[in-house]
Amino acid sequence: MTLAHQKPSETAQTEVPEGHVRLTIDGQEVIAPKGELVIRTAERMGIVIPRFCDHPLLDPAGACRQCLVEVSMGGRPMPKPQASCTITVADGMEVKTQLTSPVADKAQKGVMELLLINHPLDCPICDKGGECPLQNQAMAHGRTDSRFVDRKRTFPKPLKISTQILLDRERCVLCQRCTRFSQQIAGDPFIDLLERGAQQQIGTSETAELEKSASHTPDGTPFQSYFSGNTIQICPVGALTSAQYRFRSRPFDLVSSPSVCEHCSSGCAERTDFRRGRIMRKLAGDDPDVNEEWICDKGRFAFRYTTARDRIRKPLVRGEDGELHEASWPEAMRLAAEALLKARDGKGIGVLTGGRLTLEDAYAYQKFARVAARTNDIDFRARAHSAEELQFLAAQVAGTTPEHVSFASLEKAPIVLCVAFEPEDEAPIVFLRLRKAARKMGTRVAFVGQWTTSSVRKTSGELLACEPGGEAAALDGIAEHAKDIVEALSAEGAVILVGERAATMPGLFAAVQRLAERTGARVAWIPRRAGERGALDAGAVPTLLPGGAPVTDAGARAALEKLWRLPEGSLPAEPGRDTAGILAAAAAGELDALVVGGVDPDDLPDPRAAREALDKVGFVLSLEMRPSAVTERADVVLPIAPTAEKAGTFRNWEGRDRPFEVTLQNTGAVPDCRVLDTLAVEMDVDLFTQTPKAARADFVRAANSVTRPAATPVEAAPEAEQAKAETNGHVKLSTWRQLIDNGSLQVEEPHLAGTARPAVLRLNEATAQRHGIVPGEPATIRTERGELSFPAEIADLPDDVVWVPSRSPVGVYEALGVGHGGLVQLSAGTAAGAESAEGPAGETGGAA
Amino acid sequence: MADTASKTDPLTPVLTKRWLSPKSWRLATYEQLEGYTAIRKALRMTPEEIVELVKEAGLRGRGGAGFPAGVKWSFMPQNEDKPHYLVINADEGEPGTCKDVPLMMADPHSLIEGCIIASYAMRAHRCFIYVRGEALHCIRRLNSAIREAYAAGYLGKNILDSGFDLDITVHAGAGAYICGEETALLDSLEGRRGQPRLKPPFPAAAGLYAKPTTVNNVETIATVPYIINGGADWFRSMGTEKSPGPKIYSISGHVERPGQYEAPLGTTLRQLLEMAGGMKDGIPLKFWTPGGSSTPLLTAAHLDVPLDFEGAAEAGSMLGTTAVMVFNETVSVPWAVMKWTKFYEHESCGKCTPCREGTYWLAQILERLVEGRGTEEDIETMLDVCDNILGRSFCALGDGAVSPIQSGIKYFRDEFVALCEANKRELVGASA
Repeated sequence: MTLAHQKPSETAQTEVPEGHVRLTIDGQEVIAPKGELVIRTAERMGIVIPRFCDHPLLDPAGACRQCLVEVSMGGRPMPKPQASCTITVADGMEVKTQLTSPVADKAQKGVMELLLINHPLDCPICDKGGECPLQNQAMAHGRTDSRFVDRKRTFPKPLKISTQILLDRERCVLCQRCTRFSQQIAGDPFIDLLERGAQQQIGTSETAELEKSASHTPDGTPFQSYFSGNTIQICPVGALTSAQYRFRSRPFDLVSSPSVCEHCSSGCAERTDFRRGRIMRKLAGDDPDVNEEWICDKGRFAFRYTTARDRIRKPLVRGEDGELHEASWPEAMRLAAEALLKARDGKGIGVLTGGRLTLEDAYAYQKFARVAARTNDIDFRARAHSAEELQFLAAQVAGTTPEHVSFASLEKAPIVLCVAFEPEDEAPIVFLRLRKAARKMGTRVAFVGQWTTSSVRKTSGELLACEPGGEAAALDGIAEHAKDIVEALSAEGAVILVGERAATMPGLFAAVQRLAERTGARVAWIPRRAGERGALDAGAVPTLLPGGAPVTDAGARAALEKLWRLPEGSLPAEPGRDTAGILAAAAAGELDALVVGGVDPDDLPDPRAAREALDKVGFVLSLEMRPSAVTERADVVLPIAPTAEKAGTFRNWEGRDRPFEVTLQNTGAVPDCRVLDTLAVEMDVDLFTQTPKAARADFVRAANSVTRPAATPVEAAPEAEQAKAETNGHVKLSTWRQLIDNGSLQVEEPHLAGTARPAVLRLNEATAQRHGIVPGEPATIRTERGELSFPAEIADLPDDVVWVPSRSPVGVYEALGVGHGGLVQLSAGTAAGAESAEGPAGETGGAA
Repeated sequence: MADTASKTDPLTPVLTKRWLSPKSWRLATYEQLEGYTAIRKALRMTPEEIVELVKEAGLRGRGGAGFPAGVKWSFMPQNEDKPHYLVINADEGEPGTCKDVPLMMADPHSLIEGCIIASYAMRAHRCFIYVRGEALHCIRRLNSAIREAYAAGYLGKNILDSGFDLDITVHAGAGAYICGEETALLDSLEGRRGQPRLKPPFPAAAGLYAKPTTVNNVETIATVPYIINGGADWFRSMGTEKSPGPKIYSISGHVERPGQYEAPLGTTLRQLLEMAGGMKDGIPLKFWTPGGSSTPLLTAAHLDVPLDFEGAAEAGSMLGTTAVMVFNETVSVPWAVMKWTKFYEHESCGKCTPCREGTYWLAQILERLVEGRGTEEDIETMLDVCDNILGRSFCALGDGAVSPIQSGIKYFRDEFVALCEANKRELVGASA
């Protein structure tokens, strides 16, 4: 008795912190922050209340009623059981869950029985069987048998709501997680509830038409969302499945391995599930700091390239007949080393790495270039680039950490200004955060661009429209035409996000830096590819050493020479050439060899010149996974491991390291760093990058041994002459890559390809009328080099500006020879030689 | 009680007093019969005074739940930081209920005048009347009455030089019972799928377009002008202490003269039957609902239950919408319950599991029972399923759906059991 009295008085002494309340759950006292949902408080205490519709990242719905508990307030019981996923904690609240309340227990068992009356119970053939919340909770909290003996509701199945997502409506428990996700998180409300009562079902405007229901619409839209795959993962039953994975495996046959996405620069946590050496599926990992619990469809579904039929698994050497032949590693290595040694002692070697390397591999490439090839001619930028960009990256980006700008700081920012950056296409998870920030925190999102894209719309963003190429001037003049934005940028926490496409807009990086200096806003650079940020920090650029010190810094060179045990003065002191410079030098016969890892010439501003350079240069060593435009021209091809078959680190745009281990063990594939290490040994040089672990340790030592100089101002590149030239009846081109296009990592996944946004040419109404272009009908843009046709679509672009996707499927650079800001002729109708427009597509498709 | 006994005439035509006048729906008729006199008075009062008066009068919501209207109005914020909305629930869909449509047909201006006063009291400048889509004739009549009111200066800018502005919009529903639930109504009015919203936030905090909103029934608002003119004491002279005022009882079914009978709250079925000319053809009463199919049914034993909010509750039912459906001895209770249950199955919105799945299940069991293919176990299962729906569903639709079943079995279990007679399990070997 004394004990019973003492206990409450003891706990009563614990102070309730400000903004918190004291309540009891199942008799246990707990202090919880105000506003917390009872179901979460219980979970923190280890009391699991069953649930279906509840999801911590979605707004509460209270639809499934599975989480009912008994609640008393100040000793007065509430008349009905309450849904613990919608009721927030309150002072003096007493909650009894199924563990202590027979009422709650009966309510939960009752709901479970009701959920199962119309469920087919086809677990043995369901993808979800074995990892199904309905199955698990029915076992844990349900009745042992059902009293339902009548007719179950059925539907034709499955319903294809996109090329990737299949819907089995009879399995659905109508928790609305998928519709809430699409509406709230992704902003793509293409799926919704249709009908009512037991006939209520998930559907799209297309399926509504199919069912001839009241919500009949003349032309339906499928579930066209970049994030649709998340709905499969959060579906608590097997109602949503993917065409890619359906009937392929059972969860208990899979081995799961934590991994990191290799596609964009967000660095999402993933879980890779494989069986017998093959990846079966990828799921979103849970990382609140980065991707929360979401990934984009590209990250989820684009992994079939690892098992592509044409993957290169053995070294290839070009024979006398001009064809590539399989060769042994030692032979290929010997041939490559000999040729490279000769080239090094001749006119030199250039190294092009591409943007998809891990930090470790990029480090190995730059060390190979500086130590084995004895050159600073190395550049990771296999895309449009500029000297201005490199200055900006050196001054503003290299070496920054998430403390500078992170996903979390986007949520806290009063304003985020996106410059030359279309987040949904270029870094989808950044887009989700921006949308969340706008939706939940009231963050203003502004875009410097050409038209109201879906990113603008779905972040409730403001568009600062300008002509393509006029971005720098728009930023410089922002104080006049958008004073409120400058004021907002001057507030604490404001962020400017600049995309890699800024390199195609002369003067823009300098303008961004000026704006940042004027306002105090923080700047972050968000490239498209996973490896770009790591390559920059690893020093895979012509002007910077690992750790961001300039190559011209004698002290830094000396430190590295000491660390790398090189003779004093052996590291090259002159800044090297950039990608364009290396290719020009190769074409002009000023280089004897190129070492190329993962570069697609079609990504470069002048693909033809790049191919020409590869043709002309004496020796090409290609490190590749699959045949490409580079391997076609290579003398030696060395196969390297895809992400799933190696360990490494992607440094994401925040500067956050995203390390991962080998998923598929013992496939025989080797990472770039090991290939380069062995090759260097053949050249009688030690790189000490045999393993990603060794490479990383070496990188950390190198980065710590140099000092990054203080930021220097960025000099604006001279504006391209074309931009100033009289337009002369031409229109200006705006372009970027859509998330899902003909990228080489998206091969052999037709279901994903089917969800790509249709390639259209966008222009405003006046421009369309002037050129006699009818929406929906084809329109053509042409230059002296070639032409491209797309169906026209009206959007709010400036006059005389058109937008087309960069590689959906034809490469704009390849077909037209111009990029963003370029001048093109516009006309109605298809290209004169419709086949010629298809031509490069076929070629790039093969090469990419 | 002494004072109820003193009321000699059981009929108290207040809301219905103009219904039999020629062209009762025209503005001229309304004005002739003291129409639009209340707003002149009301617009000279402060909004707070009106709310206080309605509170004093004790007007309770006529849509079924009986929440005090003045208290509801007082939840609206006193400032005008955001637009305020008054929404009239005219989505009359409860089986048996047929009071609002006749009221709007016969005397639309009384609703409009009520809307003006209520909007003024709640500082709303936009009022929506959400009318059941099937009642097209009613929508036309309301619209034409609103046009008349605009032309006469009762609506629009600066009403009667008071400085108060109000616009009224009539919105047609699309035929869903659930849209009579106030938050589903708001979703539907916003152009969304009509399903109930989570509360809190309550409409007074975030209702239509997330702005402060009050949703009231047609009859509630139409009563307000009479309270303004007659005062609280006059209003309280009718009805009971806790349920004051007159009420339109809609009597349907097996009576001689079905129709609308306006009588003080607290009138009994016995009195109502007298007004309606007694049971049709003299066939005795078997069961009845006091306020629509969602209110548990009652029997001949309940003829003297005072039909006010407290009396109906005491008898184990609810007053609901005072839609008195009367059934004589020719009607099978399981059959009637089955029909009602099929209505709820058809109208369940599908949002929450208990109502969506439960009504689907119950309808099948009842159909089976009525066809003679049920067992006594089914009756127990039904009661247990009802128990798993009642108070477990998202909104009150689920609660309403189980009322006929629970009350039907409570009073007429033998009828259900009789239907199962044929399927009684024989003892194994008993026939040998």
